[in-house]
Parts: sequence; C-alpha cells; structure tokens
Amino acid sequence: MYLLLVAIGILCLSGLVASAVGRSSRWATACGAGGVVVAALIGIVPSVAAVLGATPQSIRLAWSVPYGAFFVEVDALSGFFLVVIFTVCPIAAVWGSAYLLQHHGKKSLGPPWFFFNVLIASMALVVVARNGVLFLVAWEVMALASFFLVTFDDDDEGVRDAGWIYLVATHLGTAFLLVLFLLLGEHASSLDFDRFLASPERASVLFLLAVCGFGTKAGLLPFHVWLPEAHSAAPSHVSAVMSGVMIKIGIYGLIRMLTILGPPPAWWGWLLVAAGLSSGIYGVVFALAQHDLKRLLAYSSVENVGIIVLGLGVGVVGLDAGQPTVATLGFAGALLHILNHALFKGLLFLGVGAVAHSTGTRELDQLGGLLKRMPVTGAAFVVGAVAIAALPPLNGFVGEWLIYFAAFNGIAAPGRDTATAVLSAIGGLALIGGLVAAGFTKVFGIVFLGEPRSRSAERAAEPALVMRAAMLALAAGCVFVGCFAPVVVAALVPVVRVATGLPADAVAQHLGEASRLLRWFVAAAAALVATSVLILFLRRWLLSRRDVGAAPTWDCGYAAPTPRMQYTSSSFSQPLTELFTFLLQTRHRGSALKGLLPDPTALATAAPDLLADGMYRPLFDLLGRGLRSVRWVQHGRVHVYVLYIAITLLVLLVWKLG
Amino acid sequence: MIRAPLASLCLPLVLAPLLLGVINRTKAIVAGRKGQPLLQAYFDLWKLLQKGAVYSRSTTWVFYTGPAIGLAALLVATAIMPFGGAAAAVAFPGDLILLAYLLGLARFLTVVAALDTASSFEGMGASREVTFSALAEPALLLALAALALQTGSLSLSTIYTRIGVGSWGATAPALALVAGALLLVFLTENARIPVDDPTTHLELTMIHEVMVLDHSGPDLAFIQYAGALKLWLLGSLIVGLVVPLRSTTAWIDVAAATAGMFALATLTGLIESSMARWRLLRVPQLLVGAGLMSALALVLMLR
Repeated sequence: MYLLLVAIGILCLSGLVASAVGRSSRWATACGAGGVVVAALIGIVPSVAAVLGATPQSIRLAWSVPYGAFFVEVDALSGFFLVVIFTVCPIAAVWGSAYLLQHHGKKSLGPPWFFFNVLIASMALVVVARNGVLFLVAWEVMALASFFLVTFDDDDEGVRDAGWIYLVATHLGTAFLLVLFLLLGEHASSLDFDRFLASPERASVLFLLAVCGFGTKAGLLPFHVWLPEAHSAAPSHVSAVMSGVMIKIGIYGLIRMLTILGPPPAWWGWLLVAAGLSSGIYGVVFALAQHDLKRLLAYSSVENVGIIVLGLGVGVVGLDAGQPTVATLGFAGALLHILNHALFKGLLFLGVGAVAHSTGTRELDQLGGLLKRMPVTGAAFVVGAVAIAALPPLNGFVGEWLIYFAAFNGIAAPGRDTATAVLSAIGGLALIGGLVAAGFTKVFGIVFLGEPRSRSAERAAEPALVMRAAMLALAAGCVFVGCFAPVVVAALVPVVRVATGLPADAVAQHLGEASRLLRWFVAAAAALVATSVLILFLRRWLLSRRDVGAAPTWDCGYAAPTPRMQYTSSSFSQPLTELFTFLLQTRHRGSALKGLLPDPTALATAAPDLLADGMYRPLFDLLGRGLRSVRWVQHGRVHVYVLYIAITLLVLLVWKLG
Repeated sequence: MIRAPLASLCLPLVLAPLLLGVINRTKAIVAGRKGQPLLQAYFDLWKLLQKGAVYSRSTTWVFYTGPAIGLAALLVATAIMPFGGAAAAVAFPGDLILLAYLLGLARFLTVVAALDTASSFEGMGASREVTFSALAEPALLLALAALALQTGSLSLSTIYTRIGVGSWGATAPALALVAGALLLVFLTENARIPVDDPTTHLELTMIHEVMVLDHSGPDLAFIQYAGALKLWLLGSLIVGLVVPLRSTTAWIDVAAATAGMFALATLTGLIESSMARWRLLRVPQLLVGAGLMSALALVLMLR
C-alpha cells in the first residue's frame, strides 16, 4: 500500500521536476520517462500482490473537505487495473521519450511530461480511491491532464477542436457521476465507498447514471463521439495510454459500481449486452470506413470497449440467472480483454505513431510497402493485428474465447431470456470478429505490404532503437498472455471474486475449469507453431534443389504495373462499407468519368460519425441558439461580475437563514 | 478406442483431395465430357511439390509464410474435427470456437499474402474474401450454437457422437435449417458456385483463385492441400449431421460418413453444373439468409 503511494508520489514529483527543467528537452524527458519507469517498477509489486489475493490494505486519513477523506484501498480489482496501468504506461513513456525529443528546440517538453506523469498518477489514484470526493478529484485531474496532452500540437486547429470536444464530453460524463455520488451519499450520509448501500428501488437509477457517466469515459455508444477526435489528435504515445488504459478506467468505474449496487436485475445485463453489441458493430464498421490510421484505431477502441461491456453483460445475465459458470467466465473474459486490449492497442498506436513519424502521413492510401523499410515495426504490428483479430495463438483469442465460452454455457440455461441474450452475444461477437479481421488485414496489408504509394512512404525508415524496443516489448506481452493463458486466467480468481461477489470457491472452481481447458488451447497453439516450422523447413528443403526466380508481380500479362494500380484501402473496404451504408452514409465527392478520353478526375469519400453529425451537432446548435438570449450576462466588465458574486452570496445567505 | 481418432485424423489427410476429383468428375459428366482423372488433385500436388518457385519482387516473408502457417492451421483443425461418430484425435469443451478461429487464421494469412503482391487483382479477391467471410462467420457460429444446444455439449466430438437418428425424430425442422445454413457456409468458404467460380482463372469475378495467383511451386501445393482439407472439414460438419448413423460397429459409421462425403461432393458438382455464379452484390443476401436460418433453428429449439 505504502509502495503504491510512493509510486504515485514519484510520478507527481518527477512530473514537477520535468516541468521545472522544461527548457532542456533532454532533462525533462529523462525526468519524465525515468519517473514513470521507476514508479511503475515500484507500483507493480503491491498491484500484483493484490491481484494474487493479498488481503486488501487501506489507509484512511481525515480531510478538511466536507464529506471528503483520503481513503484509499487496494483490493484485487484495483490491483488488476493497476497492473494494466503500470505495464503499458512505462512502455509508452519509453517510446514517447524518443518521439518527443524530435520536438527538441521547437517546444518546451516540460508540460507534456508533467501532464503525462500526472495522468498516470491520477489513473492510479482513481482505481484505489474509496471516497466519492477523492474519486471525483482524481477523476477530474485525469480528465484535465489528458486534455492538455491531447492539445499538445495546439497550433493545429483540428487538434484544438478535438480538445474542446473532449473537454465538453468528459465534463458531461462527470456531471452524471456527480449526481450518482450525491444520490449514493444522500442515502448513506457519507461518501466513503464502504458505507454505500444502494436501496433496491433506487439501484436502477444509479446503474443508469453509472452507465452514462462511466460509459462516456469508456467510449461506449452513444457517448463515444469524443474518442475518434481526441485519440487521433494526441501524440501517439498518449493515444496508446488513453486508448489502452484511460478508457478502461471507465470500465473500472462501471465494475466497481456493480459491486456496490447489489444483486443486478436481468435487464441490467441485457442493457450491457445491447450497449456492448451496438458499440462493437458501430465501432468496427466505422473503423472500416476510415482513411486516417489513428481515427481507425480509435474507432476500433470503441469496438473493443463494446466487446468488454458485452462480456460484462453476459456475466451479469449469468449472475441474475443463478449461473455461476456464465457469470465467472463472462467477467473473466471481460477483464482479460481489458488487459489484452491495453497490450495490443498500445502496440498498434505506437506502431502507427512510428509510421506517421517516419513518413509524415497517417493517410492509409499514401502508404504501402513499409515492411521492407521498417521490418521490426512491421513484425511487431502484425503481432498486434493478429491479436486484435482474436486469432489463435495470441492473447486476443483467449479473452474472446472466454466470452464465447460463457455465452455457449448460457445457452443451455433454463429460462429463454438468458438464452436470447447469450445467443445475440454469440452472433454479434462472430460478426464483429469477421469485420475486425477485414479491418486489420486492410491496415496491415495496405500500410506494410505491397508497393509504396507515395514518395514519403518510399523513403520511410525504422524509428529509434528505444521506440522499436517498446513496440517489441508490447508484442512480447501479447505472445506471453497467449502462451501462459491458463496461468493468467487462474490468477484472475480473486479479481473475478471481487467483481462478481460470488463465493471464492465457486469462482476458483469455474475459472480452474476454464484454465484447464485453456491448456488444450496452449497445446493447440504449440502444435500450430511446430507444424508451421516443420512445413517451412519442408518448403526450404524442397526449394533448395530447385530454381527460385524473382519477377514482377503477375498482372495478367500487363507489362508495366505501377504502385498506383494497387488496391487502396478505400477500394478494399468498399464492398463492406456499401453493405453498411445505412450506418455509414458515406459521402462521395468527385465527378464521374465522361467520354472516351475522360479528363482527369478525383474521388474523395468521407464517413463522418453518424451520431456526432446527426444527434450531437443539432443538439448543441439548438442549445447554443437557445442560450444566445442570456449571453448579455457575459460581457467582460469585472465590477459587474463582482456584483454577481455578491448577489449570489446574499441569496444563499437569505436561503440559509430563511 | 484408438481406432476412432485415427479414422477422423487420417481419412481427411488421405481422402480430402479426392473430393475435388469427385466434384470435377460430376461436373464433367453433367456437361457430357469425359473429365479429368479422379486423382487429378493428387497429381497436381505431386507435380507442384517437384517444382521450383517464382517470387514477385514486391513480396516479403509474409508471402511465403502465409501458406505454410495456413496449412498448419488446417492440420490442427483436422485434429479437433470428429468424423461420422468417430471422435477427433483431440477433443475438449470449447473446441468448436477454436475450429472457427483456426479457419479465420488461415483466411487472415491468405488475405495478407495476397495484399503482399501489390497486384490489383489479388487486392480485389482479398477484399471480397473478407467481405463474404465476415458475413459467413455468424452463420457458422450460430449453427454450432444450435448443435451445442441440441446435444448439450460444447465439444465437437461429443456433439457429433450424440447426434443420431433420434435427434432428427425430435427436432427435424431445426436440424434441417442448421444443415442448410452449414451448406451455404460450406459453399462460401470453399469458394464454390454460387459464391465464387473455382474454374475460371484471371477473371474479375473471382475470389479465392485470384488471391493465390502469384503463388507457385510448393507454396501453391500447400494452399491447394489446405483448401482440400477445408472442403473436408466443413463438409464433415454437414455430413455428421445428415448421416446420423451411430451403430455399435465403428467402421460401418465411418464408411457411411465417407460415402456421405462423396455424396456431398457429388451434390456440390450438381449445384455447380446447374446454376451460374451469383452477382457479387447478391451474395451477401445469401449469407445473411444463412445466418437467419441458423437463428431460426435456434428459435425452434428454444421454443
């Protein structure tokens, strides 16, 4: 426990020092990144101990803030999220140290490191906070620190807009949380988590508030609109942390609330399944339609949050139906997918950052052939792509297998409602899986394979050594979780116990069963690798005695193929985007070809977010028009503002006395 | 006891390419031709293994590791696939999900290997492949879910041991729907008419054949053998369901299932002879239809 506070202290301190020495880029980077790595090494020790089932430790200090207390506790659930924070963040920091140094001389590196370290410290504090005031303060610091990180390139107008959208969205989410904690506190007349006891008639309102508030941070549909904007505007190592870790803090809040709100009714589970499925399908369909690499990955995060919430939903349905197998496996699948997504999405964001850094563009249709020019980045990226497509033998498959297995176990459950919920989960997960495979064959194939589509892609080169090492470390993490799946799943027992509230021996029994089954999976993965190696040796042996030639790609007798004739990302995903045109409403701009010798023409397609354009923009426009009539209140004369304050105080005084 | 897994592992390894021969012979007979030898697929494999290879200068290691790992994935899938009441070499609860995702891995690798060539033709095939397989995936998994619900088991081997004549007596309409959905998945995933035309080369209408246009020599042999195994595996999902003979003598069951496989190959040949490839825009309707058939089967079973 104290080690954890030391780690948080080091993060804050190193951030402060980094901002103080901000004039020297090297010192700021050394302090910032070094602080994160040291803090993570210290902080991971109590986190792992907590996950493995160490007795929860807590510290409670009085605080002069009304209803506030410095009350922190590390139980298995907090420990699990701390492990996610302390594995991905230091790797992103190491990558970022090389990335930020290219801004050497142009920008002070003090602020970005300060906010980066404060962001990590606040995330760690959120997951251990056990008092409403402390939680909200840490939550707000997290939101503000990430806002300043998103707007790092603030000389770009698009980045500033993205920052504003994020700031507004995150505060609207916090508003829901404020009401949530007020209602919880009103009932318990304390804001300490251990006093919260939700009355059953209010639990559903509280649950909906939690879904809205925490769902906004997690990027759950329909609260996801800030996510594609902010994640594509931020520097890549920040996107990796935001997408890999920060949005999971929203999921943490949701799980923590589920533990507080008592036994869930069935419709909570259905709501989570429905929200998860719609986020998953919406996210992956929009990811398919994107040309901008980082926007694509951001939409893919919406999809993965959908899968996580789907797993939680299946778990809640299982809890309600009295099916501990379904409940344990659903929660375990969701939790494992949180870790997995942190690893592979972090990896993919860093990979895309390396590509953008090296070629100067994130436009898919400008890239190509990078595997030859960036072999290490490409190899790490393909690991991430296979993992995110949930294909064996990597970690992504294990998480989704657990969710599938939970759902398959739920089919036979008595009660048709349960069966309907889990069947839609199976069908939806299968559709999402197929679409993700389409999306990530596209990303890897168009960016890294084939021939370069522009001069900048032709000149691409590997990034700095530390950046490559960071990406390889995350790729190794994906392989590790895949290979040691039985161990990892067995280690989740205390976490799932806290999350579900089921008795420890039941959880241990069901997860032990799953862990034993996953040994078969590891055996299959080993067989797969061994067979592949054998076949590759067979191939080499067969070819060693024969002619092996090199030639241009066979293009049906056409003699002079050029890179421009390759399939592009838009053409690759066109059949699928046509199918989902009711959702995407893709806009085409350009003129059709006319005549036998047509003039040069251009075609541009864009798929702006349906909900952002169709729901939020009109809503905020309406709000803006409505509030125009009271704009005269805001005029910039300070003495009148002082008058406002005086009147407010007077009104409060009268109200209090009267 | 050891014989049953041996049958389900060795029969596909040996007989899978013969299915292609049967399909082609059926098409030839219907068209009034003599047709190629039944064993032509074996001759092709043997010839390709003897040959050298030509690689495009655009390609990387992805291009030649793809077919190798793809074949390995199909071999592992063969090891978990039961055949006609005979349990698979390896069986465990949840292996049905592994089967679907091993096929997915093989597809992923074929697609990226196709994109590695920088050819617009292969890009086109890759794009269509991912489109159709994304839509076939729910149909396959929901069909497997229906079978799991019917038999109360999550392992392919147990599912196919428990399906018998009795199951058809109880829920014939639902099982017929599942078989129909699986047939559509079978035709799609194996690139047969009405989704794809395996006989035309270099046409813009094609999917699978065009993706492997640049592969040659042993790589192409691996791809073709993996394709034959996939034909067998997805076929035995159907045959295990519609030939529900589960007698006490194991070899009779296996023989009946083998006969069923060749009947399925003949049926495929007849389908290919009697209809044209559908327009690409209509194929998704077919696949969504397959998904709905699986879902309807589930509804009937839950009723």
